[in-house]
Amino acid sequence: MHDLKPLTPLGAHAPRVDKIGPVTLTEIVSVALASVAARLGAEEATREALSDLLGAAAPAPSRHGGGTLSALWTGPDQWMVEAPIDSHEDLARRLSEELGAKASVTEQTDAWCRFDLTGDALPRVMERLCAADVGQWQGGEVQRTTIDHLGCFVVCRDPQHLSVIGPRSSAGSLHHALLAACRSVF
Amino acid sequence: MTGKTRLSGGLIDRSKPMSFTFDGKRYSGFEGDTLASALLANGVRLMGRSFKYHRPRGPMTAGSEEPNAIVELRDGARKEPNTRATTAELFDGLTATSQNRWPSLKWDALAVNDMLSPFFAAGFYYKTFMWPKAFWEKLYEPMIRKAAGLGSLSHDPDPDCYDKGFLHCDLLIIGAGPAGLAAALTAGESGARVILADEDFLLGGRLNAETGLLADQTGAGWAAETVARLRAMPNVRVMARSTVIGAFDHGIYGMVERVSDHLAQPAPGKPRQVLWRIYSRRAILAAGATERPIVFENNDRPGIMLASAMRSYANRWAVTPGQSVAIFTNNDDGHRTATDLHAKGVKVTVIDTRPDAGVTPDYQILSGAHVIDTAGRLGLKQVDVMQSNGETRTLLVDGLGVSGGWNPNVHMTCHQRGRPQWDEALAAFVPGGTMPTGLIPAGAANGVFSTHGALSSGQTAATQALNDLGINAAAPDLPQAEDAPVRIVPFWHVKGARRAWVDQQNDVTAKDVKLAHQENFVSVEHLKRYTTLGMATDQGKTSNIAGLAIMAEVAGKQIPEVGTTMFRPPYTPTAMGVLAGRSRDADFRPVRKTPSHYWAEEQGAVFVEVGMWLRAQWFPKPGETHWRESVDREVLQTRKSVGVCDCTTLGKIDVQGSDAAAFLNKVYANGFAKLAVGKTRYGLMLREDGIAMDDGTAARLAEDHFVVTTTTANAVPVYRHMEFVRQVLFPDMDVQLISTTEAWAQYAVAGPNSRKLLQKIVDPEFDISNEGFPFMACGEITVCGGLRARLFRISFSGELAFEIAVPSRYGDALMRRLMDEGKEFDVTPYGTEALSVMRIEKGHAAGNELNGTTTANNLGMGRMVSKKKDSIGSTLSERPGLNEEDALKLVGFKPVNKDNRVPAGAHLMTKGSPVDAAHDQGYVTSACYSPNLGCHIGIGYLKSGDTRLGEVVRLVSPLTGVDHDVEVVSAHFVDPEGERLRA
Repeated sequence: MHDLKPLTPLGAHAPRVDKIGPVTLTEIVSVALASVAARLGAEEATREALSDLLGAAAPAPSRHGGGTLSALWTGPDQWMVEAPIDSHEDLARRLSEELGAKASVTEQTDAWCRFDLTGDALPRVMERLCAADVGQWQGGEVQRTTIDHLGCFVVCRDPQHLSVIGPRSSAGSLHHALLAACRSVF
Repeated sequence: MTGKTRLSGGLIDRSKPMSFTFDGKRYSGFEGDTLASALLANGVRLMGRSFKYHRPRGPMTAGSEEPNAIVELRDGARKEPNTRATTAELFDGLTATSQNRWPSLKWDALAVNDMLSPFFAAGFYYKTFMWPKAFWEKLYEPMIRKAAGLGSLSHDPDPDCYDKGFLHCDLLIIGAGPAGLAAALTAGESGARVILADEDFLLGGRLNAETGLLADQTGAGWAAETVARLRAMPNVRVMARSTVIGAFDHGIYGMVERVSDHLAQPAPGKPRQVLWRIYSRRAILAAGATERPIVFENNDRPGIMLASAMRSYANRWAVTPGQSVAIFTNNDDGHRTATDLHAKGVKVTVIDTRPDAGVTPDYQILSGAHVIDTAGRLGLKQVDVMQSNGETRTLLVDGLGVSGGWNPNVHMTCHQRGRPQWDEALAAFVPGGTMPTGLIPAGAANGVFSTHGALSSGQTAATQALNDLGINAAAPDLPQAEDAPVRIVPFWHVKGARRAWVDQQNDVTAKDVKLAHQENFVSVEHLKRYTTLGMATDQGKTSNIAGLAIMAEVAGKQIPEVGTTMFRPPYTPTAMGVLAGRSRDADFRPVRKTPSHYWAEEQGAVFVEVGMWLRAQWFPKPGETHWRESVDREVLQTRKSVGVCDCTTLGKIDVQGSDAAAFLNKVYANGFAKLAVGKTRYGLMLREDGIAMDDGTAARLAEDHFVVTTTTANAVPVYRHMEFVRQVLFPDMDVQLISTTEAWAQYAVAGPNSRKLLQKIVDPEFDISNEGFPFMACGEITVCGGLRARLFRISFSGELAFEIAVPSRYGDALMRRLMDEGKEFDVTPYGTEALSVMRIEKGHAAGNELNGTTTANNLGMGRMVSKKKDSIGSTLSERPGLNEEDALKLVGFKPVNKDNRVPAGAHLMTKGSPVDAAHDQGYVTSACYSPNLGCHIGIGYLKSGDTRLGEVVRLVSPLTGVDHDVEVVSAHFVDPEGERLRA
């Protein structure tokens, strides 16, 4: 076991939590990520294999779902798989073994930062950040969009729980934008 | 003075008095007042000076179309010039100042311009300030700007913040007057997602200014009740203080919500304004109509206003516009003002241009009469009337309401070049032509002027929109309301008037319009630009039609033959701050931080912006007073022992798939198909046109798995290019791409001791000796007891060097570990400056050399472009023009005199040849001081440079005064044989 200490995307040893009115903004570092892209001609096979791993149908466009392992749709025949980092730190390797030559798997855990917003009236915060029509979301949606000039995924776990997944190197700017939007509203 | 002109009633809250100042004098008003209504209530009519002639002016309107009552609001950094007193919502402590006057509003020295008006006719400055030419910029223009002005800026940064946001709806309703409210009620009860927006802080539009009943309720009462009903509907968003400023493509509208303008300052963290982008499926334009004035002699005195504005001030704000008032009208609507004012006890006389204006027992009506002049320097005192019998009569009045008819607010229908159409019966332009997709005009904005008409037209428009969207439309009961027909006889201006204002904000007179015609500026667009008619911040809302009418008359044409001018966004003036939103100062754009950023900060690193990245430029040590000392030390220490540099910013693209190698063979000019697993290769990418695009390396981690690196600057363009190639050019290839730039913290470890340092952290089962891990090897390893990592034996510095990558979250810890373990080697971190010095010393190309004009041939890499395969750009790289005999070649330069610099950008000339563009031999692209060579060096492009080694050429930079000799040398100043990096 190595002895290197990780830093959070915001540059600390513990994730940051902010409470603004009824909203809690939490930096999430407990999730491993890996991208899965079907190989040419293996689209259906990848979808089936992914469905088996998720215990649910491989998400359709603009959707996410699953169980311990969950996935969000990122493009035609492409998904980002999420799993608890404590049990799946080597998620990419495990997926690669499971999927074999059906799909290309790439480790993405540290390519992204993730901030979760929980609480009521989240659409009022999100409408100051991106063009996604979050007010209509019921849970299970995902949208690639631009927040503060940054390409991000917004995932609706349920209407009181959203995840914003953005580029890790700009975690500070993204967090600042999210915090400013929360303070604008509450 | 409060109460002097205040009437009873109105929609102000007398339990909430508010104190404010205007030009330093303290007044009071009530919640619900605007600055204009509060000033009028205090007997203040003079609120500004005009643009050009400095004429005393008061409010002409009671809304956002106001051309005259323009003031500066607030003070200090929050000072906001050019704000309409007629829309500025009163708050306790408001500070307002008049503008464009000196020394005071009442005694304005520049009012002399009014006396000199014959010299200031339209186009005067084009004619007057022609000579001498040089005086225009330095003298005339500043002088004119100072004299003819609007407000002044504070020159301090705006302390407030502004948001931008996005809204979505089935139906956007622009305007909350009777038409908008009826539409909102219909759509709201139908379950559609509705946004109802109005620029006013009190919704209801004209209903709040009229005395007519809706069934048994007042208009204001019905509006308030309806708004409350709408607010209770979860599918309806009611937005007051929200101006829709523009109609854009695909049902998108821009809207400014003034969140905090009615407060002394925004609450902490709250924005002053929000710029909303509204995505609508349908929109209803219920923006109402604007009354228009009649043009007559001296029609601009304080006290002269639109008749409907008088009604607004009296009914909504309980302010009488005068103790004795005349109404000058050509239509029935003027009589409404007379009736309402009479009912409030004001003495009224009506001057109606129509010969059959009728009689009433309540006040005198002068039929077939018109105003021929007015008097009162700082405020109206009398009106001279020409009666139908040819006799003149003087009315001693302190208020004159003018009604020339109503113009539908068609602005939004023009934003995509829809041309309004002339309606003869209304004597006005109504919406027409190609309107923004999905926009339906309703109510007065569509030329339906009665309250009943507005209500039913709003409902019809909503029903149409809902039907379009497949939503069943509800049909809520609407109240009975007045349904008076429009009775108007067009009367635009009083003939013979000389100093009669058409555009009061830009001081354009009837005489100016005639002059434009006389000087052949007859096109409506030329009229506008020559006279500046309609070019002020009000976009000619109260002036355009009169200007057209006068032009039509002198040209002997009908108004629609003259044309109309178009309106552009924004509908009303919009603050620059809200257009910028949060993107200003430190938040102008996001910052990207490298994995070692926090560690580098602790070391006191000096950072440089590289795109959005912040990179350590050098790491000063105590005692170093100049950046060169730090950089020279970092370079020398790295070449002597070992240095570490964060190179995470280089783009990393994961390329997988059974066709990954074939794919790279297409995007790189050189061959990749045969690259062995566990090896890295330098690659050059060309654009389609054969010009070099980017260089980097590709490491083959498995048969079907490569990691491509790009330069920092081209990380995104290269990824985009590769996705284009994958998706569009070769969709049949089995290849998948994803960026992993941010996923891995990557450090260059360079110098003769780099292997020894790495051996201390690389887990012992991995052999990184020269034999086990030779130059250009790559592999997946573990470090520090099991952390997965990637190791590449590549070198940008020219030294024995590696690049090591670990998951980004461990980047900080790895850097600290390398520094700890490297102490015995006197390891140094190095920044981008030392990186650059070492690559110039080694003659490696970078962004300066890959500058979008250079080819592989120029770079001395012509032979890398494989002839054995087809790759992007290879064919066009063979164009003769790119392969001429004397083509530019990348070489190095050393000064003949060691003390001289070799500045980048300087040009090269053959000794003895003239110094001009025709004899140009090339230019220096990158330069630095080389601590290893002890002199400045440069690399750059020289014609046939590869055959001119040893020649002395002239280095010339007329811009910086450089002119000295340099020797042409190999670009590889350090270790030209490459022994070090293979050691």
